[in-house]
Amino acid sequence: MPTSDYDPACLPDLLPLYYRRLFPFSQYYRWLTYGGVSKSYFQNREFSFTLKDDIYVRYQSFSTQNELEKEIQKMNPYKIDIGAVYSHRPSQHNTVKSGAFQALEKELVFDIDMTDYDDVRSCCSAADICSKCWTLMTIAIRILDRALREDFGFQHLLWVYSGRRGVHCWVCDEAARKLSVTARSAVAEYLSLVKGGEETVRKVVLSDPIHPFISQSLGVVENYFNKYAIVDQEVLASKESVDRVLSLLPEDVRKELLVHYQNEKNPVNRWGILTDLVNQKREMSSKKGGYFEKEIMLQYCYPRLDVNVSKGVNHLLKSPFSIHPKTGRVSVPIDVRNVDKFNPFEVPTIRQVLIVRFKISSNPKHGGPLGYSLLCEELDKSRADEEEDGIKNNETQSAERRKIRDYKRTSLAKYIKLFDQFLDAMAHTRKGEILKKSDLQKEF
Amino acid sequence: MQFTRRTKKVALGANPELYGHCLQLYGQPPLESVSLVQFETFAVERLKLLKSVENLGVSYVKMSDDYQKKLSTELCSLNFPHRTSVEDKNQTGSTEYEKRRKDHISHFILRLAYCQTEDLRRWFIQQEMDLFRYRFSILSAKYKTEFLHRNNLKYDTISIEEKKTLKDELINSSYGISGATIAEQEFYRVPFQDALDLVRLRKVFLQAGYAYIPHQDIVTIVLNDFRTRLSKALALTARSLPAVQSDERLQPLLNHLSHAYVGQDYSFQKNIGKVSLEQIDPLSTTSFPLCMRQLHKALREQHHLRHGGRMQYGLFLKGVGLTLEQALQFWRAEFVKGKVDSEKFDKAYAYSIRHMFGKEGKRTDYTPYSCMKVILSNPPSQGDYHGCPFRHSDPELLKQKLQSYKISPGGLVQILDLVKGMHYQLACQKYFELTHSVEDAGFSLNHPNQYFTESQKLLGGGKELKKEVEPPQRGQEIAGSNAQSAPTQSPKVQALDKMGDLESFFLDE
Repeated sequence: MPTSDYDPACLPDLLPLYYRRLFPFSQYYRWLTYGGVSKSYFQNREFSFTLKDDIYVRYQSFSTQNELEKEIQKMNPYKIDIGAVYSHRPSQHNTVKSGAFQALEKELVFDIDMTDYDDVRSCCSAADICSKCWTLMTIAIRILDRALREDFGFQHLLWVYSGRRGVHCWVCDEAARKLSVTARSAVAEYLSLVKGGEETVRKVVLSDPIHPFISQSLGVVENYFNKYAIVDQEVLASKESVDRVLSLLPEDVRKELLVHYQNEKNPVNRWGILTDLVNQKREMSSKKGGYFEKEIMLQYCYPRLDVNVSKGVNHLLKSPFSIHPKTGRVSVPIDVRNVDKFNPFEVPTIRQVLIVRFKISSNPKHGGPLGYSLLCEELDKSRADEEEDGIKNNETQSAERRKIRDYKRTSLAKYIKLFDQFLDAMAHTRKGEILKKSDLQKEF
Repeated sequence: MQFTRRTKKVALGANPELYGHCLQLYGQPPLESVSLVQFETFAVERLKLLKSVENLGVSYVKMSDDYQKKLSTELCSLNFPHRTSVEDKNQTGSTEYEKRRKDHISHFILRLAYCQTEDLRRWFIQQEMDLFRYRFSILSAKYKTEFLHRNNLKYDTISIEEKKTLKDELINSSYGISGATIAEQEFYRVPFQDALDLVRLRKVFLQAGYAYIPHQDIVTIVLNDFRTRLSKALALTARSLPAVQSDERLQPLLNHLSHAYVGQDYSFQKNIGKVSLEQIDPLSTTSFPLCMRQLHKALREQHHLRHGGRMQYGLFLKGVGLTLEQALQFWRAEFVKGKVDSEKFDKAYAYSIRHMFGKEGKRTDYTPYSCMKVILSNPPSQGDYHGCPFRHSDPELLKQKLQSYKISPGGLVQILDLVKGMHYQLACQKYFELTHSVEDAGFSLNHPNQYFTESQKLLGGGKELKKEVEPPQRGQEIAGSNAQSAPTQSPKVQALDKMGDLESFFLDE
């Protein structure tokens, strides 16, 4: 990843500031309480923290927003994960009779990780990403978002950038949270098209009839394929990558193409020849199937999700607004309506959000204890300059206001706004449900 | 039965309503008294039936013609309700009634035996579902509808307008649906949570959270319902089990029943500490099944394995006899050669190895995976090396790999044929036979550790003649299969045709 001025060694100094001034605790609490419809929903939720030196603590739970805040501000976790809502308070799970402590509900989640595409991207590998391969995430979001909404009827999806090389989707509808393990794995399998490990060459096999879901997904892939695969990834340029593409085709087509490719070097034209040939073959053949060009497009572009992440009700997943310790980037919500414009390299790092707000020097050396107290001075000074209203507030209110002002002025602002919109939509649905119920019961 | 503690009782004697349909969802337990002899007989016969279901499910593609024919034979010979009796309504005489009563009672008895652990429950549910699926599918449309009504499975049908709007999508979602079918058949709109099997395989059209199901496919929905109910019921049964087990007439039988299924699960390590780490490399080529050989090789080459691979291989090694200390040493030594330093290993991976040995978390002593489990669950994806190579590898790559292991071309053909026929365990058995240069493996492979034990036995000197009784289907299947396997001995006799004493029955594992 292109360098930002981020150094993991600064985390111990910056995290406390982040958690004190910028982390959106009240929205977070609002989210996880889900309108208070279920009692103890928040109290029975498991959180886990990764602390300094890779110390990992599970089964954290909290009774109130305040308790959550205080604990996080005390521990300054490098990473926060969210788990399931259990039958009892996770922090007390040892006191519960074995077998009685069960994970009851959790959002349906998806994790798309760029490393799962290493066999089909040439620009980067492993933890690296660039603007060329980021398109894969855009495609994944488009395809999955549509399917989860239109096919499965889910409405409240929160897409989040993981902070390094992937995206997560949190499906927060009530029906989704109540899904069983079997149901989750069925949904994940429905959405899976690329199958097979190291030992499988041809990972996508299409046969007649082509299910509407596949057609829809192909539609999305086709929009991006030319620019992404042919131009940026150059899959039909070098001999090596051409061979990989051709290995997905039957022998006779492969041979014919190799002959054509001796004279045609332009990748765009090469792809045209391939599709023409495959289509011809399909039309002439009496056999079913033969959608080889579509299979290629899907193998190179279709979302690869880890079924195991989605299947477990008790699976822990990185929390939105958590910091990614290796890159320093904040795990921010993605605006799906403008998904093509999302640029992971523009997502602020913890340092950047603090710089923007507090105007500290961008010299990394100012991360030490001295720098920290300088920061606090800055803060107090600029707050004094900004008395917005002369109303006398009690202490908690002014702390809240301070926090609101703080994050409004950082580049975190627009992401928190997205989160708010997401929460408002859920509240709206809940209100609709309550009205429906009371209509049925003819209450006034 | 006396111990269900229900105060309501049904009048003894034939109750036509109770068994009015040949198929049922087993919602209500039987309320009559049953003699001990009948209790035992019913239970054992149903168990035989379910074991046949299991074997057929591995040897044949489920619901294929062969499968159906053989299952039909089983049902007849064991005296369970069967198709021929259904159609003939006059036959609700005592014979058909008796069969349905037996079906009902035997199911509930087996619930007692199979509710106790997760594994037992899973097995029981799987076989009962397969059995149900077959029996439902052979019903005529009329009886299917009757069944739905009797069991309150009311789903909305879609209007003609909606059918027209969705015509193309419906045609493209299911195999065998044409424009004509859409016009003729009813389509049901079912919440997707009730149609998971169809959703999972993408065999149905989904819109706004609803699955659109043609009448002909309604069996999948019913099955889902069946599974959910049975699962809940088993959990409930487990809770009232102590009361039942205290009845000393029943306790030995119930214990026998559940152990008969489990057989050898390799959870009890017989050879703890008898294998040294240096032996693993040579053993992997001589005595490991292909899946474990592949995992071992990948581990040595990559100095790493992902979670799925670590579980499958780690538990296998435990079954082979590695101690926890040996396992930790083994994995650490390999991982450290890669990108993981000793400290990170202790933090991140040691925990999960101890977990495997039951030393962490809820202290479950995990059992090594059986072939069924490896074949059917957690398929490998990009970067994985676990799974069953006969099931999960590309045939071309499998062929190359076996060639590199010096398998003869003739043997290779046999293996690939078995793979094509989806007889993965038989293919592995063939691999065993070829690598050990024997005509007949002499055992029915269903567990990787079994492969190892048998191999060691063979190589250790002297093949012991096992007192093994295999179900007749196995013998017939070998004789009839296309693969030119070495001629087997005459199909192993099933010594249990007659209702012999209980002990001899349970020796067949």
